[in-house]
Amino acid sequence: MEIKDKVIEIIAEQAVLEPSDVTMDSTLDELGIDSLGLVESIFAIEEAFDISVPFNANAPQESDFDISSVASIVAGIEKLVAEQKA
Amino acid sequence: MKRVVITGAGTINALGANVAETLEAMREGRSGISELDIRDVDRLAIKIGGQVKEYEPEARFNRQELALYDRFTQFTLLAAREAIAQSGLKFDGELAARSGVVLGNSGGGMTTLDENYRSVYEEGKNRVHPFVVPKLMNNAAASHVSMEFNLKGPSFTVSTACASSNHAMAQAFQMVHGGLTPVMIAGGSESMLCFGGVKAWEGLRVMSKDGCRPFSANRNGMVQGEGAGIFVFEELEHAKARGAEIHAEVAGFAMSSDAADIVMPSKNGASRAIAGALQDARINATEVGYINAHGTGTAANDKTESAAVADVFGAHADRLMISSTKSMHGHLIGGTGAVELLACIMALRDGIVAPTINYEEPDPECALDVVPNEAREAKVDVALSNAFAFGGLNAVLALKRFA
Repeated sequence: MEIKDKVIEIIAEQAVLEPSDVTMDSTLDELGIDSLGLVESIFAIEEAFDISVPFNANAPQESDFDISSVASIVAGIEKLVAEQKA
Repeated sequence: MKRVVITGAGTINALGANVAETLEAMREGRSGISELDIRDVDRLAIKIGGQVKEYEPEARFNRQELALYDRFTQFTLLAAREAIAQSGLKFDGELAARSGVVLGNSGGGMTTLDENYRSVYEEGKNRVHPFVVPKLMNNAAASHVSMEFNLKGPSFTVSTACASSNHAMAQAFQMVHGGLTPVMIAGGSESMLCFGGVKAWEGLRVMSKDGCRPFSANRNGMVQGEGAGIFVFEELEHAKARGAEIHAEVAGFAMSSDAADIVMPSKNGASRAIAGALQDARINATEVGYINAHGTGTAANDKTESAAVADVFGAHADRLMISSTKSMHGHLIGGTGAVELLACIMALRDGIVAPTINYEEPDPECALDVVPNEAREAKVDVALSNAFAFGGLNAVLALKRFA
């Protein structure tokens, strides 16, 4: 499974939606994922890809990880997987 | 209703091994936060905390006692010894039969749990020490205080996460206030700076890797602490009759529940607890000179708390002082309100307001006088102590200068 598909599956599960309802330009807010849901999604992503995501819930904008849309999350995960598996 | 005063105080925390050392550190704006010295710290992402250092349990307790006392119980007993010795009270006869101890605590014997889980899961042992249960239970500390000081009245432990100590002290206050007993021992303790304890907090991603900076725009999370704070709450006439030294008056309290979210704070819940404490103590908002903030250093708490204070106090919010001593001793979770009450006593009795240290950048969402970085001399007549817990359970205490 592609990274993108797995990330969408995780986000969809968190949002209680079908993966087909999650588009790349969806924001977490639109999907109804709150801060606790975000932290849980990041945990699931870390477990799925065996990576560590640099995310601090206190300072999302300062974390080296862009959560502004599904696309930015997927891009961030792809980068982390490439770096941490290298 | 009876008036309630504080006639004894004791503590051990990252700032000091007793009240005098702790208040000195608060006056000097010293930080007690340092590199954690615990097993497997290299596997933690969070490696700092307000850990009690230079502490040797073997120097304070004998072998039999240590078999029964988790670290949170040890801290509690040391603080209780200091508080009760200072009060000059001896519990026997009728006084012993009526007096009790109510303590706040969240995690119980986390170190004991951690060590014993290691032994059965990691090391594969099939046998644990026979005292694991009496050592880790949340009420162990209250029970040992009752045993050591012969307190035979109402004793129990209150567990409301970060508000545990404030809820506990409110209960003890209410008992003395209502005439149930002339004396109660109250406060709380916590010790969860062990691998499992810190790892659990890491999961929530609200911890700072580099320091606790409450109300500062560049804050990035909380830092955990450990220790205990214990007080003697005594009925005023009882205290006067024996010529006891009085440190402050406990004037009232209020509790509220957000009924909203398991971790996100609510301005409304916090405001209701603050306003309720003023009402219970029959204090005008304009009389409040100092608030010891919950001030965790998380993005969410500090702005919500600031908004709640602005709501309750209106224009007076800009004239009162509010500081978070968590910047120095860390967040003691279930014990935090107890150690923070010391800052209220210092403000009322000594006229010195503890600072919020590590304050670097103003945050427009926390635009209050947070007593940045340096303690301040001021005559304070009324002080509040805020505690807003995970789970949306809030407890605010109101104290008055005793004159």
